[in-house]
Amino acid sequence: MSGVSVTKAADDAAPAADDLVVLSNVNKHFGALHVLQDIDLTIARGEVVVVIGPSGSGKSTLCRTINRLETIDSGAIAIDGKPLPQEGKELARLRADVGMVFQSFNLFAHKTVLENVTLGQIKVRKADKKAAEEKARTLLDRVGVGSQADKYPAQLSGGQQQRVAIARALAMDPKVMLFDEPTSALDPEMINEVLEAMQQLARDGMTMVVVTHEMGFARSAANRVVFMADGKIVEEATPDQFFSNPRSDRAKDFLSKILHH
Amino acid sequence: MNVLLDHLPEFRDGFIGTVLLTAASALLAMVLGVVMAGFRVSPVPPLRFFGAAWVTLFRNTPLTLLFLVAWFVVPAVFGTGMNPWTKALLALGFYTSAFVCEAVRSGVSTVPLGQAEAARSLGMTFSQTLRLIVLPQATRTVVPPLSSIFIALTKNSAIAGAFSVTELFGVQKLLSDKGFAIAPIFLWVALAYLVITFSISGLFRLLERRLEVAR
Repeated sequence: MSGVSVTKAADDAAPAADDLVVLSNVNKHFGALHVLQDIDLTIARGEVVVVIGPSGSGKSTLCRTINRLETIDSGAIAIDGKPLPQEGKELARLRADVGMVFQSFNLFAHKTVLENVTLGQIKVRKADKKAAEEKARTLLDRVGVGSQADKYPAQLSGGQQQRVAIARALAMDPKVMLFDEPTSALDPEMINEVLEAMQQLARDGMTMVVVTHEMGFARSAANRVVFMADGKIVEEATPDQFFSNPRSDRAKDFLSKILHH
Repeated sequence: MNVLLDHLPEFRDGFIGTVLLTAASALLAMVLGVVMAGFRVSPVPPLRFFGAAWVTLFRNTPLTLLFLVAWFVVPAVFGTGMNPWTKALLALGFYTSAFVCEAVRSGVSTVPLGQAEAARSLGMTFSQTLRLIVLPQATRTVVPPLSSIFIALTKNSAIAGAFSVTELFGVQKLLSDKGFAIAPIFLWVALAYLVITFSISGLFRLLERRLEVAR
């Protein structure tokens, strides 16, 4: 795949200015299961990459390796030219630059919505409490949940919780945002409000890696679609190309199953 | 009745001794227990090993044996400057910390993994994640077992009496040596323990109710 040569260049010389996330030759096993097989993927600054594929294809795992919530067995991952360090203070610093939105929201259950969005700013970025609150309220307004600021996460709907989670990640001014199936745990009528917030973010030029089953979002917001199956990247293409004219049989099979009903 | 009224100062001193020793040991056990629980869930293998060794050692050693170690081994190694009360505090505190550690650790495991993942993905360090996100949410499940642990500690502190620390159970020996009838002495001592243990369970019930509301 073309990613290899780009990676090589990134390793040898100074990284190309707009390669933000570079995975090269990444392998990972869960016991006997080879979940990620020789993954090469380069994400440019400002790019929106949507990762799709059948369940168990390794796409969530791929997403989680980028901020090292999952460790890898071999290969290399670099963010903004810096290789991912071992667990510790340096990794924590790097994670602060990588926003993550989870399938199950994972809002801090014992903190109010506002505290959820200010906590990282205050404890990690050492921001002043007042400035952090101001910023949090701006972000909460932006994703349309400003009026819920003083409630606890459990008092919000799933869609609202996920939008708070997006605001919480944005509050750290991340260089890249990872979305790990952000709408899969939502009731159907709440999916759109979350996708709209994500679409807005994409329009604003945020670099995004989105693992999702929402083909509509892939079509409308992605610069590139990455199709994964059985731990491998099977196909990479623009959304138009991928959805209208998939090259691999695996992708054709996948699309025929999800698009025809 | 007469035994109690005639020897009120002894009973009072014993009661205060037990309360102070229990409270101090509980505090020490709490601090050590939480730190050890942190070690046991830490990503650093040597810390995990240390925490596990600590629990294994202090949970599986009879308390009386720990008292003997505090009385005869500790002075031989660290010098003889320690008074009996401090030695009793160390034996009780270290012993109880192993149980506190396991209660806290079981509480930690009830907090969904996603909470810690979210904290780490925001750039929090391991200790920030534990202090700010995981432990506060574990508190609710840890409170009921802690109540039992501290009640057991109260009763365990009676062993200190046999090592000439002034506390409730020692009063019994003091008075029965003087020839007073044993049954009423035991009755009053038992009632005094009941006052302390009931206070602890009441306090923890209150705490439980507070935490339920506060989420």
